[in-house]
Amino acid sequence: MSMQAMNSDIVSSAVVAHEASTVDPVVFSFTVFVLAIIVGYHVVWNVTPALHTPLMSVTNAISSIVIVGALLAAGPLEMNLATVLGLIAVGLASVNIFGGFMVTQRMLSMFKKRK
Amino acid sequence: MLSANMVELAYLLAAVLIIFALKGLASPESARRGNAFGMFGLGLAALVTLQMDSVQNYAWIVAAITVGGLFGGVAARKVPMTHMPQTVAFMHSLVGLAAVLIAVSAFLDPVAYGIANAEGGLYMASRVELFLGTFIGAITFTASLVAFGKLHGVLSGQPLVFSGQHMLNLVLGVLMIAAGVVFCVTGEALPFMVMLVIAMVLGVTLIVPIGGADMPVIVSMLNSYSGWAAAGIGFTLGNNMLIVAGALVGSSGAILSYIMCKAMNRSLFNVLLGGFGGEAATGASAGAIGQRPVHAGAAEDAAFLIRNARSVVIVPGYGLAVARAQHALKELVDKLLAMDVQVKFAIHPVAGRMPGHMNVLLAEADVPYDIVYEMDEINPEFGDTDVALVIGANDVINPAAKSDPASPIYGMPILDVIKAEHVVVIKRSLSPGYAGLDNDLFYMDKTMMLFDDAKKACESMLHTLD
Repeated sequence: MSMQAMNSDIVSSAVVAHEASTVDPVVFSFTVFVLAIIVGYHVVWNVTPALHTPLMSVTNAISSIVIVGALLAAGPLEMNLATVLGLIAVGLASVNIFGGFMVTQRMLSMFKKRK
Repeated sequence: MLSANMVELAYLLAAVLIIFALKGLASPESARRGNAFGMFGLGLAALVTLQMDSVQNYAWIVAAITVGGLFGGVAARKVPMTHMPQTVAFMHSLVGLAAVLIAVSAFLDPVAYGIANAEGGLYMASRVELFLGTFIGAITFTASLVAFGKLHGVLSGQPLVFSGQHMLNLVLGVLMIAAGVVFCVTGEALPFMVMLVIAMVLGVTLIVPIGGADMPVIVSMLNSYSGWAAAGIGFTLGNNMLIVAGALVGSSGAILSYIMCKAMNRSLFNVLLGGFGGEAATGASAGAIGQRPVHAGAAEDAAFLIRNARSVVIVPGYGLAVARAQHALKELVDKLLAMDVQVKFAIHPVAGRMPGHMNVLLAEADVPYDIVYEMDEINPEFGDTDVALVIGANDVINPAAKSDPASPIYGMPILDVIKAEHVVVIKRSLSPGYAGLDNDLFYMDKTMMLFDDAKKACESMLHTLD
């Protein structure tokens, strides 16, 4: 066996060992996902029922965080179908972000205590 | 450009701000500050993404944000509060559509997302995530459009039921998953598009059998879906902030669906099967409507009762909003408070057309929120209440829910109006409520029926008190 072949053998076995011991990023994402659901569960049960409608409009704005994905899609300078779809998604998410936060603000400003 | 670590940390900060936005909603005082946190969070996330090297198309992006933002801002200012349910449903459909567009774009050009493999295609794991994100987004998109149509009156609120309906949905669901699996294995465009189209059809067929009365549950459920769709996109992009935001929204919508189902004593499965709230229920109770004697009174009699009461609890139902009587009622309440009558509002969770809707309608009419009580808070107080004034509500005060095991609403939590010393019910006629049931409360000796439009009745009572 030549020295080179032996080296490449060592390298490839090291890569295999490395792959077996590192955690797939999807597993990390899944960890974050499960923990966030638990946080959401506790935070949302604490929301007063009187504010459930603002809760829905604000969560609408929050789920429009997909604008991050839309911006990446719309990012490249050369225009093609993928970029155009991304731009439309940026527009749709913007409707929700501005609309969602502003209508929530409008509702919350109506809630007043007895003078 | 910020380093990858800085970007991640900025996203983390955005995620924390979003959690605080929801936390603020624990009370009206902290809610406005919470909303500001939310705005900062989303703004930060967008800015951090915009400064990335791969994002160059600024002119078009700014144009898209401006057009979308203007449209959203104007709509947010103009929309009447009674139209919030359909507005929210419409916004859910936008999230769903945006998620679909992003997923299709990621499929077309994985390089832009940095998720391409050596051949410029998608990894297996990315395909699975893309499949999940796309079909949840597609169902959210079309289902929310149908919900919007039903709530806005563009489509009939009647459930559309036909034989073989559930079979059709099952077949569509299986086909969609099959196409999705083929896509995950092959990575080809055709199964992806087939899966996408079936998911959109499924969104429609799943919602059409569900009647208008069940829409509060459906809007909450779609709220949840829009969150899961966002989380799905987060998995595709490997972006933890999207996953956190999506999971928060997803669990929020799920909790609201649960609360609504519990308030109607229905299971989510039962709501999804549909067919409820269509034709009025038939049977003995419906046949007897209008054939029993009631104590009908005039507005003057009702005004006399409440002005001499020490404590009055007002139970508003959606009929109040339909009659646009909130402002007249608020004036009446002011008058009573000035006469040292203790006034409280009792809100059933399904009093409006979406969770918390009645609270917003009352707040809009300047009713202070600290005299508005939830069902569990106010129910023990009805025994010490002189007059319960029911305006445009029916099923949520029907004692049959507690006393008649044969009633379709048996087991549903109700407001214990029956325990008050006197009950005044303002209603146009003895017509049954959504569940199509007669209400024994209307025929009791302690109950006075005031047959009138809610707004006119409030104005007449106000006039009498002057």
